[in-house]
Amino acid sequence: MTAAARTPVGGPRRAGDHAASAHLSADARARAREVIALYPHPRSALIPLCHLAQEEQGWLTPEAMVDIAGLLGVTPAEVLGTASFYDMLHTEPVGSHVVSVCTNIACLLNGAAELLEHAESSLGVNAGGTTADGSITLEESECLADCDRAPCVQVNHRFVGAQTPASFDRLVADLRAGARAQDIPDHGTLVRVRRTTGLQADSTTVAAERAAMAEAQAGRAAAAEAAKTAPEGVGGHP
Amino acid sequence: MAVTAAPKIVTSRLGHADSHTLERYLASGGYEGLRKALAMTPEAVAHEVDTASLLGRGGAGFPAGRKWAMLRKAPVTYLVINGDESEPATFKDHLLLERDPHQLLEGVLIAAYALQVTQAFIYIRGEFALALERVQAALNDAYAAGAVGSDIFGSGFSVDVVVHPGAGAYICGEETALLESLEGKRGFPRIKPPFFPAAVGLYGEPTVVNNVETMSNLPWIVVNGGAAFAALGGGRSTGTRLFALAGHVNNPGVFELEMVKTTFSDLIHAPALGGGIPHGRALKAFIPGGVSAPWFGPDRIDLPLGQDEVAEAGSMLGSGSVVVMDDHTCAVRASWRITRFFARESCGQCTPCREGSGWLERIMRRIENGHGREADLGLLLDACDNISPGLDWPPQQTTICVLGPSIPSSIASAIEMFRDEFLVHIKEGGCPYG
Repeated sequence: MTAAARTPVGGPRRAGDHAASAHLSADARARAREVIALYPHPRSALIPLCHLAQEEQGWLTPEAMVDIAGLLGVTPAEVLGTASFYDMLHTEPVGSHVVSVCTNIACLLNGAAELLEHAESSLGVNAGGTTADGSITLEESECLADCDRAPCVQVNHRFVGAQTPASFDRLVADLRAGARAQDIPDHGTLVRVRRTTGLQADSTTVAAERAAMAEAQAGRAAAAEAAKTAPEGVGGHP
Repeated sequence: MAVTAAPKIVTSRLGHADSHTLERYLASGGYEGLRKALAMTPEAVAHEVDTASLLGRGGAGFPAGRKWAMLRKAPVTYLVINGDESEPATFKDHLLLERDPHQLLEGVLIAAYALQVTQAFIYIRGEFALALERVQAALNDAYAAGAVGSDIFGSGFSVDVVVHPGAGAYICGEETALLESLEGKRGFPRIKPPFFPAAVGLYGEPTVVNNVETMSNLPWIVVNGGAAFAALGGGRSTGTRLFALAGHVNNPGVFELEMVKTTFSDLIHAPALGGGIPHGRALKAFIPGGVSAPWFGPDRIDLPLGQDEVAEAGSMLGSGSVVVMDDHTCAVRASWRITRFFARESCGQCTPCREGSGWLERIMRRIENGHGREADLGLLLDACDNISPGLDWPPQQTTICVLGPSIPSSIASAIEMFRDEFLVHIKEGGCPYG
């Protein structure tokens, strides 16, 4: 991602801001079609496509949601309705580094609340906020499953090990200086390893299975319909 | 005896820095289980898993063989692997996904063959960026090696595997919520019945959902036989299991231990395991199986690590994660934080869970902050009772899934074991632990 492609952080987005770059690129749309082809039903690709959009923009823009809806054959509202359920899908701009501090039980017992308090005062933002330079969004997170290295911290969903207040400040300085760019890509890039192959199982077998599935579903629907119209006392309610 | 001579079944390669690579995997017997399975009938493979009486390692502990038996007669089926590890203080699947992805893949392929499915999905928690990369890289290598895809190892059996990232929602660990999420929807658990995805699963089709650790056991079981697995452990709890130990211990981590043969005391105190409690402090309480489980006091420390043994004592082994609290821990603060977790993660479908968790969190918070009232303890237990009537164990349910009935566990435990501590908070207007 180029620096210019990133939507600036801070303040509400104004209509027309970077309108062209907020849509999915041709490359992303091509990758999206490869992902969709992996699933029996296109909608299953919704979350992977949201990650793909975040990889381009750093967050999930309204324009990208329109594109995803078009690719999947659903409405933009359905994309937003699903995306808004998930913590990792950001429908507002975030910093280039999302720093997540876990304060759940194992981390709480190991000083996480104190670490978060330090992080808030040293960054000058409350949890949930983004620093004025747009480099850091601080998050208080639930358990991240790295409990033997508590208090646990992630940057852009990469584990950085247990942190003390002093090491946290060094980490932030490194992030701002670009010293961790090698192991911690900008926010939005989740999986850097691309799938190298499409589906390989014999397409005639799969087609036969899909046909059997459709037949079974039609059979069940017909049976359900028949049960509904059955006279009282034959099927009936419990 | 703290650590038995039982073989390491799922952690045998983890001493190597390159345990995640195909080279290391092949050099240490990798994909031999799959080759052996492909030479057997699918029924014979399933029989070995039945013989092993492998209990699911995700938290509910349902026998994997029985789950499979429900599916084997269906014409169209899916296999879905639950790698959405989010139960607080559980971090065993995280380890297996990052450090031995080929072992998981081999297990998935063995299960796919036994169930005769042509497509399997590995749903991995979105926050596990490295695990997602490692499993995808392993899958790419396995395709290139002919271990997955069309006509695997020349056997005539074909199966595709897709790695699917989650996006941050605890509830998606619930198997029907996971399937909704995999269908591209909000992670809302499905109304039961039907109770099992084996009846109505992904896209309404019969589906088996198995945990990462459960799958990772399969290569060993096929190579060594189900009977060898069943010979380990005791009672219904066969084989070894990963226990994730965290909180106030000198040596937190994931330990593979023979089921039943080890006690909580061993796990927490043995030098080769937890190494005791730091600063020479005493044990105040421990949570035996994830934050959904009722707490135990020091009087239960000699219980063995077995599914039925812990259930009979009034809690659950659950996801195999043990949280240790020393005697300087504020029980109110600890149970409040767990309650806040549930309040944040409730999906919002069912009123008792959605409203109850929020109310409970606010009452707990005001007690911890010194603004509690005398009547609050009764109010807490009453609200808990509205979510799970009777506050029994196993809990009664008023909600679609078990997240709701899990909320009262920590509150009821903390009040029952440390009532005086709540009263001190209320009467002295603050937390005595600072």
